[in-house]
Amino acid sequence: MKAARVVALGLGAIACGCSGNQSALHPYGAPAIHVEHLIVGIVALCTVVWVLVMATLGAALWRRRQKKVETEISQQWLTMTVTAALALTVILIAGMTIASFYTTRAIGLPAKAALTITLKAQQWWWQVTYAGSAAMPGFQTANEIHIPVGQDVQILLESADVIHSFWVPSLAGKQDLVPGRSNSLLLRAEKPGVYRGQCAEFCGLQHSHMAVLVIAEAPADYTRWAVSQSADAIMPAGPDAAAGRTAFLAKPCAACHTVRGTAATGTSGPDLTHVGSRQTIAAGLVETTRGSLAAWIADPQTLKPGNNMPMVPLTSFELQDISAYMESLK
Amino acid sequence: MTRSKDGELRDTALSDRELKRALAVTWSAPPGLWGALSTVDHKVIGRRYVATAFVFLALGGVLSMLMRLQLAQPEARFIGPDRYNQIFTMHGSNMMFLFAVPVMQAMAIYFVPLMVGTRNIAFPRLNAFSYWIYLAGGLLLWIAFVVDTGPDVGWFAYVPLSGPQYGAGKRADVWAQMITFTEVSALAIAVEIVVTVFKQRAPGMSLDRLPLFVWSMVVTSFLVIMAMPAIMIASTSLILDRLVGTHFFNPAEGGDALLWQHLFWFFGHPEVYIIFLPAVGMVSTIVATFTGRPVFGYLATVMALIATGILAFGLWVHHMFVAGLPRLGESFFTASSMAIAVPAGLQIFCWLATIWAGRPVFKTPFLFVIGFMVIFVIGGLTGVMVASVPFDTQVHDTYFVVAHFHYVLVGGAVFPLLGAIYYWFPKLTGRTMSEPFGRWVFGLIFVGFNLTFFPMHILGLQGMPRRIYTYQPEMPWSGLNMFISLSAIILAAGFLLFFIDAIRSARSGAVATANPWGASTLEWATASPPPPYNFARLPVVDSREPLWTEPAELRVAAGLGVDRRELLITSVAEAVPEARESSVGNSIWPLLAALATTVALVWSIFSPWAVVWGSIPVAVSLIGWFWPKGVPEDES
Amino acid sequence: MKREISHSNVAFAAAAIAIGITSAALGWLREPRELRLDPPVASGLDGLRLMPNGISGTPPESYFALGKPYETDAYNLSQGKRLYAWFGCPACHGDGRGGAGPSFLDGWWLYGPEIVSIVASIRDGRPHGMPPFRDRMTIEQIWQLAGYVQTIGAYTPKVAAPGRDDDKQTRPAENRGPAKILFDQGPVGVHPDQGPSP
Repeated sequence: MKAARVVALGLGAIACGCSGNQSALHPYGAPAIHVEHLIVGIVALCTVVWVLVMATLGAALWRRRQKKVETEISQQWLTMTVTAALALTVILIAGMTIASFYTTRAIGLPAKAALTITLKAQQWWWQVTYAGSAAMPGFQTANEIHIPVGQDVQILLESADVIHSFWVPSLAGKQDLVPGRSNSLLLRAEKPGVYRGQCAEFCGLQHSHMAVLVIAEAPADYTRWAVSQSADAIMPAGPDAAAGRTAFLAKPCAACHTVRGTAATGTSGPDLTHVGSRQTIAAGLVETTRGSLAAWIADPQTLKPGNNMPMVPLTSFELQDISAYMESLK
Repeated sequence: MTRSKDGELRDTALSDRELKRALAVTWSAPPGLWGALSTVDHKVIGRRYVATAFVFLALGGVLSMLMRLQLAQPEARFIGPDRYNQIFTMHGSNMMFLFAVPVMQAMAIYFVPLMVGTRNIAFPRLNAFSYWIYLAGGLLLWIAFVVDTGPDVGWFAYVPLSGPQYGAGKRADVWAQMITFTEVSALAIAVEIVVTVFKQRAPGMSLDRLPLFVWSMVVTSFLVIMAMPAIMIASTSLILDRLVGTHFFNPAEGGDALLWQHLFWFFGHPEVYIIFLPAVGMVSTIVATFTGRPVFGYLATVMALIATGILAFGLWVHHMFVAGLPRLGESFFTASSMAIAVPAGLQIFCWLATIWAGRPVFKTPFLFVIGFMVIFVIGGLTGVMVASVPFDTQVHDTYFVVAHFHYVLVGGAVFPLLGAIYYWFPKLTGRTMSEPFGRWVFGLIFVGFNLTFFPMHILGLQGMPRRIYTYQPEMPWSGLNMFISLSAIILAAGFLLFFIDAIRSARSGAVATANPWGASTLEWATASPPPPYNFARLPVVDSREPLWTEPAELRVAAGLGVDRRELLITSVAEAVPEARESSVGNSIWPLLAALATTVALVWSIFSPWAVVWGSIPVAVSLIGWFWPKGVPEDES
Repeated sequence: MKREISHSNVAFAAAAIAIGITSAALGWLREPRELRLDPPVASGLDGLRLMPNGISGTPPESYFALGKPYETDAYNLSQGKRLYAWFGCPACHGDGRGGAGPSFLDGWWLYGPEIVSIVASIRDGRPHGMPPFRDRMTIEQIWQLAGYVQTIGAYTPKVAAPGRDDDKQTRPAENRGPAKILFDQGPVGVHPDQGPSP
């Protein structure tokens, strides 16, 4: 198996040397690990087959032939060889089909998941909804899914407009989000970490910038996070953030975005109640900093041409204040 | 010169020289513009088809270089998302619908009648019509692209993105209507090929003596006839949804977005074999010629062709493994998708056995066949990989799949095609392509192709989805992408050299003899290029390799009339002569009918009334086409 | 050989002519997509000149310079369609047939059918319940929405108009000139509070 892994991943590893947070070859989730074993196995087997075929081709092309009289190769010998190769093909194919079948069973959804999260894809961001419970109200966030490590998490996949595909390669294979249907997918992270994913079904202008982060953390951390997310937005402390809040509510921002606990209740854009606590903005486009928030608000159509956030005319003071306010929404 | 009792002039009455002169008069097209527009000669139309398809190949290649320029660096601003989406959609649609399928059928238009030893294809006017319709469809797509109305929904145009609510403007309609044009032309050729092969073979060419290329084209034509109706229903439903508000794909009104995917891939997967099977036939032909022996396992190869054709209809769902279908059903399609590796493998083994037993001659066409083997086996094996459901969930819609289908389509079809062009160029033009140039072309394309596409497998596994116009600098993809873009220059240089060589050779290459490679099939039994009547006297065949078993003098059939375009109808299985049949003469009506059809189809992008009013000129042109003119060709 | 060359020349000439004609035909249907309007251009679009009674007027010069994109460009119309849903228009205007607010499909325009009037209605609001959207949408969005609203009440179908929704069908699609179809029904859904009947 070790050798097979080297064969399969050799080139990948040379070219990669990367963080590996969005790669089928660096799995940290149970389904992805199963699939990676299958990938390595099949790739290794296929590599052997290819080498054998090429060796045969080379031998057939350049084998030593008598100059004058070729001893006629017996038809029977050729027939037997071809038949044997064909039989071997059938056996290999059957073997791979069976291996594939067992892996399919291993990555299926369990009867009962510890947690169910609803993911609704839209052009071009992800709306994440956590259902409420007796202890805690439900809440919405965007482009960032937190899950407890080591637990089965069921993701319900829906689409608000066109077909998208949810794919976090380090955790699991992909699954489409089809309007009019509800699919689901099993996530189970075996190790805490930040796993990046991306829409994998072409969905229009900004298909390229439709990333999602899955953050797997210890159950206690997860619970702490969920409780803080379910709370309303804090009142900003600093003067510029407070001014930003006022500007945010007075400007078109509030017509599309919700900040829970304020008059902003728009639903066509992502929920911004705790936007400052997220690692990235604009569906994984840039890291959340005050500067990137300002850049994004000032000119979303240059950073992500064609997305549905308009360029709202703001004075430089308003821009500063609003980005300060956004950053403060931890 | 003596006429028979009924006043007909028969070839038995003429010397060879007189016969050739008389046949040339009967079969030629008039000179000048009128002749060019009204000719029904399968060779002229076939050549036009091939040349047009290669123009589209070059245009599609330019698009791919634009994409590589944009992807060479992260967050490049060379092309915006709107244009990039049009570019990759155009690249895919153009290569699949305007290049790959038509070029294979075009080769069949030219060579199948020659290889079965007849004088023209069946339904020659339909053949002319098919070309004009194809040209119109290609122009529609490209003109739309030039004026910024190019389709931007991907070459499989998934609804609802391509539907009325999310596909703004006429872009998706242009795509869907281009499909209509190409499916009409493809269906027309498929019917012609089937009839030509089943009813017009040379006497004695029973089905078990059919050249393998002809077999592959017969199977391909049946695939076209059975697969194209699915895409016709799909694209028509899409246009109806978009134009008159039907609800085929609207889930809220009982439609289904996945219905599109089923219909599209029920066509789309056989489409791959529509492109690949003719290439298989080309490989068999080239292997036989350049190893100097018949392909090992004729029966096995033919059975593999047919099995591939049948299985092709049973595995469309492997394009939908992540759409959320029931797992048990998906496992069935895993099994069927993997099973197609068996006939494919059988063919590879038969070619290997042929090469083993023969004496390979390393000329350019054969080099392309070797390249085909190396690349296609990789593509086939990655095909086995994506057939597995769990494997596919990780690589579906990623660069791994991009790499896979380029290995299959370029390796499996374009390499044999280029080999076939080098091989048949003498028969197409009467001149030979340059051998030293050919080696360079092969070397550049082979090396460039592998350097360009192999790393894409790795990119896909590293998480790079396809159809993205850019990626962020923090992703670990930029090094490989730059490498791929640079390698693509090598590949492009190879194709450029190929085009230069082809154009140069067509004008001033060495003049070719009738059978420069010493090949075995009937197209080499006549001059290069063949005269308008193909064969002065129709050959009679009594083996699978007529030119190898009787190299001295081919037996010929006698008794055909020369006053009118006559050819021989033979029985389906044994090719026993049944009747003398006339073949139609030149006509301008196919062009007019194609123009009328084009007007109706383009108009129907904008208004449903086009179907009503546009059908009037179509009807007029068809009446003109079929109007009895009292000439012998039309009478009998 | 000579004759063949002349054949190919003829074919090239024919192809060139065909390309020319079709380009010209498609040229006027060109669909350039302006994904990002320069801020000065956008603010220029705010400069409507309205008649004193707030009905009718002229759009800013820049609107003509842009080629009247909000009435003819398919992309802007489809964006307008999104905005119609996102900004709560259906709450009063339903699917276009009205409700608490007037219908767009009955062929009656209380403030005239020109796009400036519609822009002004959305931007500044109107008596009897139409709120101003000045502070909730950008001016570009208002133009996009106005173009869409004008389209759903058009008498003659627009080629660039979007077809049906991916939703329940409740009325004829926008690309079919519904006002013409529904005009016979007369004004529907006119609320007494909406002012004098036209």
